[in-house]
Amino acid sequence: MKIAFTTKGTDWDAEIDPRFGRTEYLLLYDDETKTLQSIDNREINQKQHGAGPQTAQKITELDVQLLITGNGPGGNAAMVLEKAGVRILTGYANLSAKDAYQRFLSEK
Amino acid sequence: MKKIAIASGKGGTGKTFLSTNLAAWIAQKEAVTLLDLDAEAPNCHLFIKGERKSEAIQYKMIPHWDAQRCTLCGDCLSLCHFNALVKVQQEIMVFPQLCHSCYACSELCLEAALPMKKIPIGRITHIQNRNLAFFESRLNIGEEQAVPLISKTKKYAQNQSRSEITIYDCPPGTACPAVEAVKDAHLVILAAEPTPFGFHDFKLMMHLLNELQKPFAVVINKYGSGDSHLEDFCLERKIPIIAKIPHSRKIAENYARGKLALDTNQELTSEFDQIFHFIRQLKRDEE
Amino acid sequence: MKEIVVISGKGGTGKSSITAALAYVSDTETVLADCDVDASDLHLLLKPKQRNSKAFFSSEIAVIHQDKCTQCGLCEQVCRFDAINFEKGQYQIDSIACEGCGYCAHICPESAITMEIQQDGMLYISDTRLGKMLFHAELRPGAENSGKLVASVKNSAKHYAQQTQIEYILVDGSPGIGCPVISSLSGANLALFVTEPSQSGFHDLQRVIALATRFHLKMAAIINKSDLYPALSEAIGRFLQEKNIPLLASLPYTEDFSKAMVQEKTVAELNIEYFQTFENIWKQILTIMGDRK
Repeated sequence: MKIAFTTKGTDWDAEIDPRFGRTEYLLLYDDETKTLQSIDNREINQKQHGAGPQTAQKITELDVQLLITGNGPGGNAAMVLEKAGVRILTGYANLSAKDAYQRFLSEK
Repeated sequence: MKKIAIASGKGGTGKTFLSTNLAAWIAQKEAVTLLDLDAEAPNCHLFIKGERKSEAIQYKMIPHWDAQRCTLCGDCLSLCHFNALVKVQQEIMVFPQLCHSCYACSELCLEAALPMKKIPIGRITHIQNRNLAFFESRLNIGEEQAVPLISKTKKYAQNQSRSEITIYDCPPGTACPAVEAVKDAHLVILAAEPTPFGFHDFKLMMHLLNELQKPFAVVINKYGSGDSHLEDFCLERKIPIIAKIPHSRKIAENYARGKLALDTNQELTSEFDQIFHFIRQLKRDEE
Repeated sequence: MKEIVVISGKGGTGKSSITAALAYVSDTETVLADCDVDASDLHLLLKPKQRNSKAFFSSEIAVIHQDKCTQCGLCEQVCRFDAINFEKGQYQIDSIACEGCGYCAHICPESAITMEIQQDGMLYISDTRLGKMLFHAELRPGAENSGKLVASVKNSAKHYAQQTQIEYILVDGSPGIGCPVISSLSGANLALFVTEPSQSGFHDLQRVIALATRFHLKMAAIINKSDLYPALSEAIGRFLQEKNIPLLASLPYTEDFSKAMVQEKTVAELNIEYFQTFENIWKQILTIMGDRK
């Protein structure tokens, strides 16, 4: 399964960005191959309008099945993720990506 | 016909108060038309009651994805400057609130897979109370673009109602909806409060009106509260102050209850009469 | 570091005055971000001294390069906004009518039209008389607040708060329910609603709560001018209770708000009663966020 985190940095220690559309980075973890990858989202961050749906599109293109984030996406972005069948977990703000993942595992 | 726009740099300074009472006052003398153009939060209807004459759903055009024709080339995604189109797996999703109806994606699609179709964005309601023709512009919740609805409301009212004076209750702020509302007005009346916040927002609006080259006058609301900076500034710049609505708890209480001040606060009639005469005077000057 | 966003939906409810008072009582714990860019009034009470400023570029506009234009008129035909007119012997863009859709630039056979990003305003970082920093912005007339602008103001504030280890960002949020307010709420820990007992105030409160409910954040409310229409204040109170949103205070209709404004003070500086009222609200906010028992 591929998991996406909205983060403020590029590694496991990076803090979860509570924002969805204007998150600085997306951190991708594949729990089968155990590989971590970071994606720069700062270009979308600069969009005047519609940052949410754009970030959501990117996530669906990356074939993500689970999103771990802070406050959660707005209505439009949520529609995109729903359509692509991405599960959304909110309320992980202020944790590091590593701790967020641990919390997800423990609550599974 | 004279179009009078009632505007302010921010919300809550008494635009709706002025518009509804002024329209009701003029209606005691002659036919008048009132347009509530604050389409995102129309409130005039709380004060103006009457017979519902007509209602018209209003639409805007947005692209509609045709799955059969689309080859998923992605041209539309890069064409759209508003990010209103998103590709999700094998589908193109359209976000109506983000679409500005520019037609670029639709007309430039090589497969003609994005025909434009209309979707409802709001409605215009015509309410008639004897001499007063009232038209409300109401945007659906979640819809963000008031501009097309504002221009449609003006056209609709023009076709339905004839009066010498038309009053626009404008959306607050200095952005696109406010610009659209004031752009064809012969006079803009700025509702302003004599407080530091009110004065600051008044100046923002004044800059916009100067840029648009619109003549304007001022009505000071809650006169007697705050300080004299706004009044001094207007006197110095020779900006006409055409009325002063006194600061009064009773007025605020009645307003919160949806009552017209004309019915409850007799002392205000002279102020509204002054505004009315200013508007009539303006007409004579230009004739 | 946590973010508290004050929003109201409707204008004129006293949102900025209340934000300023909370800024005062919260002392060194907060920095301020004014995201009510359409009516950025917060600075009027705080005597800001600009420390830094930067131009803000956001919206795009079409520009016709007359040396390349062959006057074929295609641009005028495709523009749905009547923003291209033939005047004084050449095609010209009406900068206020142009929506920045880019259709004309895309279709021009001579590539004589380019889309250029324009300066929509300025971002400021200022020292204030309260000893705390204020992050604010100013739009040029006719320019529009946007999600991007709100995000920029908040980002500078966050960056600063992180570096100086200040715990809270107090945000004067944007009006309405569109993109700017979504950007205001996105990333916030607590949304504080400031409402008033008028039909329009209640109506707008319901819309903004419906929006905020989408986000994973805590909520609280203040009813201002509550004695203007007590029956409606009670109805708002019941509505909040149903939504499980704590009502932190009901403030009376008073001239003290404008009195304080004229003295360039926050309401909390007027007298000890107001100070205690706002200090109490601030303590409740911290409790709701789980930071103080």
